[in-house]
Amino acid sequence: MEPRPRSFYALAAVFVLFLIFLYGPTLTIAILSFQGPGGGLTFPMRGVSLHWFRDLFEQQAVGDIWGSFRRSFVLGLMVMVTTVVVSVMGGLAFRKRFAGSGILFYLIITSLVIPSILVSLGVGLIWSQSGMTVHWSTSGFGAQLTWTLPFGLLIMFAVFNRFDRSYEEAARDLGASPWQTVRHVVLPIIAPSLIGVALFGFTLSYDEFARTLLTSGSYNTLPLEIFGMTTNVTTPVIFALGTLTTIFSFLVIVLFLAVVWVTDRRRKAHGSDAGKGMV
Amino acid sequence: MLSNRHLSGWVLASPLALVLVIFLVAPIVMITVVSFWGATEFSIYPAFQFDNYAFLFGSDVTYRVFLNTFKYAAITWVFTLLIGFTVAYFLAFHVRSLKWQIALFLLCTIPFWTSNIIRMISWIPFLGRNGLANSTLISWGVIDEPLEWLLFSDFSVILAFVHLYTLFMVVPIFNTMMRIDKSLIEAAADAGASGWQTLWHVIIPLTKPGIMIGTIFVVTLVMGDFITVRFMSGSQSANVGRMIQNDIGLLQYPSASATAVVLLITVLMIIGILLRFVDIRKEL
Repeated sequence: MEPRPRSFYALAAVFVLFLIFLYGPTLTIAILSFQGPGGGLTFPMRGVSLHWFRDLFEQQAVGDIWGSFRRSFVLGLMVMVTTVVVSVMGGLAFRKRFAGSGILFYLIITSLVIPSILVSLGVGLIWSQSGMTVHWSTSGFGAQLTWTLPFGLLIMFAVFNRFDRSYEEAARDLGASPWQTVRHVVLPIIAPSLIGVALFGFTLSYDEFARTLLTSGSYNTLPLEIFGMTTNVTTPVIFALGTLTTIFSFLVIVLFLAVVWVTDRRRKAHGSDAGKGMV
Repeated sequence: MLSNRHLSGWVLASPLALVLVIFLVAPIVMITVVSFWGATEFSIYPAFQFDNYAFLFGSDVTYRVFLNTFKYAAITWVFTLLIGFTVAYFLAFHVRSLKWQIALFLLCTIPFWTSNIIRMISWIPFLGRNGLANSTLISWGVIDEPLEWLLFSDFSVILAFVHLYTLFMVVPIFNTMMRIDKSLIEAAADAGASGWQTLWHVIIPLTKPGIMIGTIFVVTLVMGDFITVRFMSGSQSANVGRMIQNDIGLLQYPSASATAVVLLITVLMIIGILLRFVDIRKEL
């Protein structure tokens, strides 16, 4: 291998600085969340303790954090499943280049670029003017889909752009019905990307703030609860909460990556049975 | 057979279309309608009047706030582009094994999947009056007094924007760079181009679509933001999103809607111009 040019080391230094910039603040609050009971929101540390984490588990100190966490989790799962199903169907639809697909495509782009507060405001207004009560599982759910679906669809477009259609032709030649082709050929091939879509669906929903602001009603989701805390909580308990939710997000990401890794290995272990004469 | 294709296409796309119509098109229509309504202190009533727009365009606060929003977008764009391009370039051209490329790329994208609000408040103990930055600079003897402009200023707003949104630049640029045929770069080197010449005449032109997509993300996210500006400026400066949120807080939905309509038109115009330079569907 040829020696690395000098620019490599300069760029590597920039990259490391970028990583410190990305993770530094998160590490700062992770450290501060172990602040001693007498400590404040900034350094210096006055002792090390789990005091603020314990506070999180006492209702009166922080309000309804666990309720909001449960709601965010359920909502995240709802959005995740819907995003995967609707994105796959949408991705399959766009391959057919049906009349009007251009308009639908521009709607997806609009959905991606529209300032989130507009979705929040518009959905909130529709619900209030037609006398319905906004709730995280109805209006909040729909408002979040306008943010997760464009991501899911863009991934599906990327996947189908690289998709080799000869697999489907082969399936058709062997007499598979259109449904069988999708079920036994297309879906297994795109499965790893679907895990990616699911990850986007869950985490974007779990962390979404602006689109749920006016659409979730009287029961807060976790980001709304955290937002409320930033205005009236002046102890490191908010850092403890930040650390816990960040750890939770990391666990979710690791879980998804593990699923990708396992499916990838299983697929490689299975290998192809082409030419083995199996029926 | 032809109509069959259109029909089955629409059947498959119907859930998508349904969500977009109910939660995207209808809200936009609703906002546009309400922007012509009237409001009292505690309720809104249907009307068809241009008062909200007249007030909006008649107040010089509006122009200042829009100008401020453009300023935030422009400065954030410059920084995210420079940092994003450099990081993507390093990953795509200087990291040699695919395994490392994927690992380092994932390391960059992980923060994207964690909470924005948490990442924003994470800056406060770092930048505050007694924060890490100030105490470090004082202990190094660079400054004698804590710097006041580190937190709750334009500086901290832009810092937070760059922190939150650089990834949206890295990902599309990295994606296009990975698809550049490496033999083109060898050809440039063989033809006698220096490293800078290759970068300027070969890599940057071929990376333009990625840069455009990243630009679309960053510009729209910054233009529509209201929460970062509120947190990081300590409510001392405003952008359009803050203006809308203020009106919402005062239950002045019609005037919030009018501002929202103007913001939406502005954003869509910018995106329309950017989309002339890139065919998104081809670049995915």
